[in-house]
Amino acid sequence: MPANGAPTKITQGSKTKGGIGESTLRPDGTLKVTGEFAYSSDMWHEDMLWGQILRSTVAHAEIVSIDTSEALAMPGVYAVMTYDDLPTDVKNYGLEIQDTPVLAHGKVRHHGEPVAIVAADHPETARRAAAKIKVEYRELPVITDEASALAPDAILIHENRDDHHIGHVPHPNIVHRQPIIRGNADEAAKKADVVVKGEYTFGMQDQAFLGPESGLAVPDEDGGVHLYIATQWLHSDLRQIAPVLGLPESKVRMTLSGVGGAFGGREDLSMQIHACLLALRTGKPVKIVYNRFESFFGHVHRHPAKLFYEHGATKDGKLTHVKCRIVLDGGAYASASPAVVGNASSLSIGPYVVDDVDIEAIALYTNNPPCGAMRGFGAVQACFAYEAQMDKVARQLGMDPVRFRQLNAMEQGTIMPTGQPVDSPAPVAELLRRVKAMPMPPERQWESSEGADVRQLPGGLSNTTHGEGVVRGVGYAVGIKNVGFSEGFDDYSTAKVRMEVINGEPVATVHTAMAEVGQGGVTVHAQIARTELGVAQVTIHPADTQVGSAGSTSASRQTYVTGGAVKNSCELVREKVLEIGRRKFGSYHPAWATAELLLEGGKVVTDGGEVLADLVDVLDGESVEVEAEWRHRPTEAFDLRTGQGNGHVQYSFAAHRAVVEVDTELGLVKVIELACAQDVGKALNPLSVIGQIQGGTTQGLGVAVMEEIVVDPKTAKVKNPSFTDYLIPTILDTPTIPVDVLELADDHAPYGLRGIGEAPTLSSTPAVLAAIRNATGLELNRTPVRPEHLTGTA
Amino acid sequence: MDFLRPASWEEALAAKAAHPTAVPIAGGTDVMVEINFDHRRPEYLLDLNRIGDLYEWEVGEDSVRLGASVPYTRIMENLRAELPGLALASHTVASPQIRNRGGVGGNLGTASPAGDAHPALLASGAEVEVESAERGTRLIPIDEFYKGVKRNALQPDELIRAVHVKKADGPQQFSKVGTRNAMVIAVCAFGLALHPETRTVRTGIGSAAPTPVRAKAAEEFLNAALEEGGFWDNGKIITPSVAKQFADLCSAACNPIDDVRGTASYRRHAVGVMARRTLTWTWESYRGARRTTEGAA
Repeated sequence: MPANGAPTKITQGSKTKGGIGESTLRPDGTLKVTGEFAYSSDMWHEDMLWGQILRSTVAHAEIVSIDTSEALAMPGVYAVMTYDDLPTDVKNYGLEIQDTPVLAHGKVRHHGEPVAIVAADHPETARRAAAKIKVEYRELPVITDEASALAPDAILIHENRDDHHIGHVPHPNIVHRQPIIRGNADEAAKKADVVVKGEYTFGMQDQAFLGPESGLAVPDEDGGVHLYIATQWLHSDLRQIAPVLGLPESKVRMTLSGVGGAFGGREDLSMQIHACLLALRTGKPVKIVYNRFESFFGHVHRHPAKLFYEHGATKDGKLTHVKCRIVLDGGAYASASPAVVGNASSLSIGPYVVDDVDIEAIALYTNNPPCGAMRGFGAVQACFAYEAQMDKVARQLGMDPVRFRQLNAMEQGTIMPTGQPVDSPAPVAELLRRVKAMPMPPERQWESSEGADVRQLPGGLSNTTHGEGVVRGVGYAVGIKNVGFSEGFDDYSTAKVRMEVINGEPVATVHTAMAEVGQGGVTVHAQIARTELGVAQVTIHPADTQVGSAGSTSASRQTYVTGGAVKNSCELVREKVLEIGRRKFGSYHPAWATAELLLEGGKVVTDGGEVLADLVDVLDGESVEVEAEWRHRPTEAFDLRTGQGNGHVQYSFAAHRAVVEVDTELGLVKVIELACAQDVGKALNPLSVIGQIQGGTTQGLGVAVMEEIVVDPKTAKVKNPSFTDYLIPTILDTPTIPVDVLELADDHAPYGLRGIGEAPTLSSTPAVLAAIRNATGLELNRTPVRPEHLTGTA
Repeated sequence: MDFLRPASWEEALAAKAAHPTAVPIAGGTDVMVEINFDHRRPEYLLDLNRIGDLYEWEVGEDSVRLGASVPYTRIMENLRAELPGLALASHTVASPQIRNRGGVGGNLGTASPAGDAHPALLASGAEVEVESAERGTRLIPIDEFYKGVKRNALQPDELIRAVHVKKADGPQQFSKVGTRNAMVIAVCAFGLALHPETRTVRTGIGSAAPTPVRAKAAEEFLNAALEEGGFWDNGKIITPSVAKQFADLCSAACNPIDDVRGTASYRRHAVGVMARRTLTWTWESYRGARRTTEGAA
């Protein structure tokens, strides 16, 4: 039996149909494309009420008064609650730092902060009642950037901080600071023949998941509550919800309902506590559904960042040193900012060998919208900047940018800036070679016998060019992302696996609390169970809190960690099944005692292929069930002064080549192709792997050329909270994405797999930027690039 | 909110007379967004969907009488020869689903400077047919229709019944800048129509001033330059300096703002680029010197 944390080597073959390595189809696929899938917003309960949240209309203000009397007097209104109505002393929540008020207390710190909640018998009544709540604000000056946050007279966004970062941050408006010092960057700089400095800006990206925040809270007879919710991590929600309600965790039951995408945006709570509070107050089920407008205020975004870099290199193309400073804007509440800082700093130089570094990353508290987890998590912003720097250094050296990267590429055995050795394959140079070797898309694809096909041109159907001003550009980028939760976090998952005979057939049931947010985890769990238990029929139990935590569906970790837990529990079940077999049938055949036994095709077989028994006979009248936690190798915290420490579990690498065509007169961009090469360790479901890579690539494209939440620097108010003005790529914006998948096993991971979901989001953005620079000759130090940046009309 | 559902045009006019604050709704492209975002809570919604007449069009001698509710998809599919500029503009409206529902009547009713149909209507020349129960029908020339940001020349008791768009007597073009390659609201837009019969050029600019506007100085300059050089007869290539001055004058006709969709400076610049390109495309078509340069999709 494997010990927790040790790799399990007793993987069975995958001879059972539908096992790992096959592109089995996802069970939710057809339902989703035909519109029949039940999302959390589709739930309904008899007698249910509708909840509505009143949000602040200003970004920073003292609350002078709140008058709810008119709202309460409206027919159909069952409850109106403010801070004063919270039932216990726990009135804040938060992923790591509990600094976020359930409802604003005396002060609001960002535009759209929840101030009051209403329950009514109709959503329109609830909305109108919320509008009747009178809130008097006394506005305060807004803090919107590093200068205003650290000014001598700056208002402290959070007074009386007592979190565990306050002791080491230079200013209370800094959430967390992580320096990494290794070697001596100043000394090493003297060896440099070229030194390149750059300053970069990364805009605020939204997860823009398609299913807005929603859930249904149903009061239970025992005084508890059952919450049906779309989230990324049921147990993390539970840990934050229960204390605010004044209930033990056992009385807050949670079931995952249909999740319409997440990308990090559901890692923090949204309407969970509000729905439960209203349900417990009214004794009735309460449903809350955000509309798209509210959704833009209802979840954290990707941290916008300012990044300052200095790279040095010798004339033969070896990096001498890197200095960098990354300033992330965390907005009004901490959310995942400390961990994002850890990632940004530890991954700040990219997948390269640099012995002498001087790195600092900080996250600010400001009055901007709170920022937290989003696919790529701190590594995205850094990759945009260091890859721009790599191109600049290559240009200064007169070297091919791919060749320059390959000369400095890390490999297995390379020591990270944190001092951590990379102890599994790191095929960075090879990935670059592969994307470069892919055939180039043909030139001038818009030309046809009937004139210009505008769909193939920048501007598309808007008919802005028939080829005039169009210049092609090509750019490359590669990135490094950590997999799993880092810095000493106890990042375990739990899986309960049961095996029994139902209707004359052996059936495995897999029960985890893993949030299926569209990543395909449920597909993979069934594949693992088929592989390990040799059964055709696998039932995936709905995810809920009746089983132990499965950790978060984030950090590219679920296939690794919850997949690892499912594998582990299956192995334990298999052992028990074989024990039963030995007990029942051992005396009939010596192989029961001597051979290595497998479960395959519903039978117990020897490794030589001899059938010993049918599982149906072994399990007749018995069932086997195991619930077990599983852990990957432990990690360590980063030293607060030097950043040294074995902080990460595993790394994931992807490289992109972008081919763009830019209308240089109008500043419009058409991405023609975004080729990707990625090492996935082992593709458990190759089709899903391609899907993840193409999706991540497209999300990276979005923030390269269009996606940005625009916040007014004078008021800290969001200017474009809608899909009219927050643009995400359409299918016409999405290029061909050829994918070259490399499978170099990581011996520490289940099946040798590597977490894959985030890496493609990193390198896609800088590759597109590099290609646009190549086409236009412009410097372009910010993303997203807008037409005014390409035409000198910003 | 009361929902009025007249079964006929006469009933609709009567309802509008009785409830002048009623907001007409046909495809709902603009109205439903405003209601869903709670920007507007009209007392009455006047549903025009039962009035079949509004979905019909008639191709006449000089113009097309286009019912207010004729969906953009129909214009693209059926009126490309008669109304090429409007057909191109229709193809840039939102998504296929919205093009199946939305029509020019809604664009005119909302009178947003970003409405995609306006530059094409201004360039081709059009009259808006409006009617009230009390005063009957009147035709409003398109040049006098737009009165301010989201304001038009309609009286409170009037409804838009149709728009009479001049049939193309020469090549027409429409271009729109958005920061995405489909399904995007205009950052700015430009329509241009050559009218060989009258030897004139007309323009329309969208999203670059408080209302859709024509670049009249640019038109006058170009009309004179074409006349002077005998271009209409000799079909020569328009000289780059003429095209550039035309483009500059189109830029100068803009009175744009900085907003979340783009800067004023970019809008001015982009309108100039589109003016130059659409002039080239239409003039090349007119000369017949090359294959058609109308965008194919």
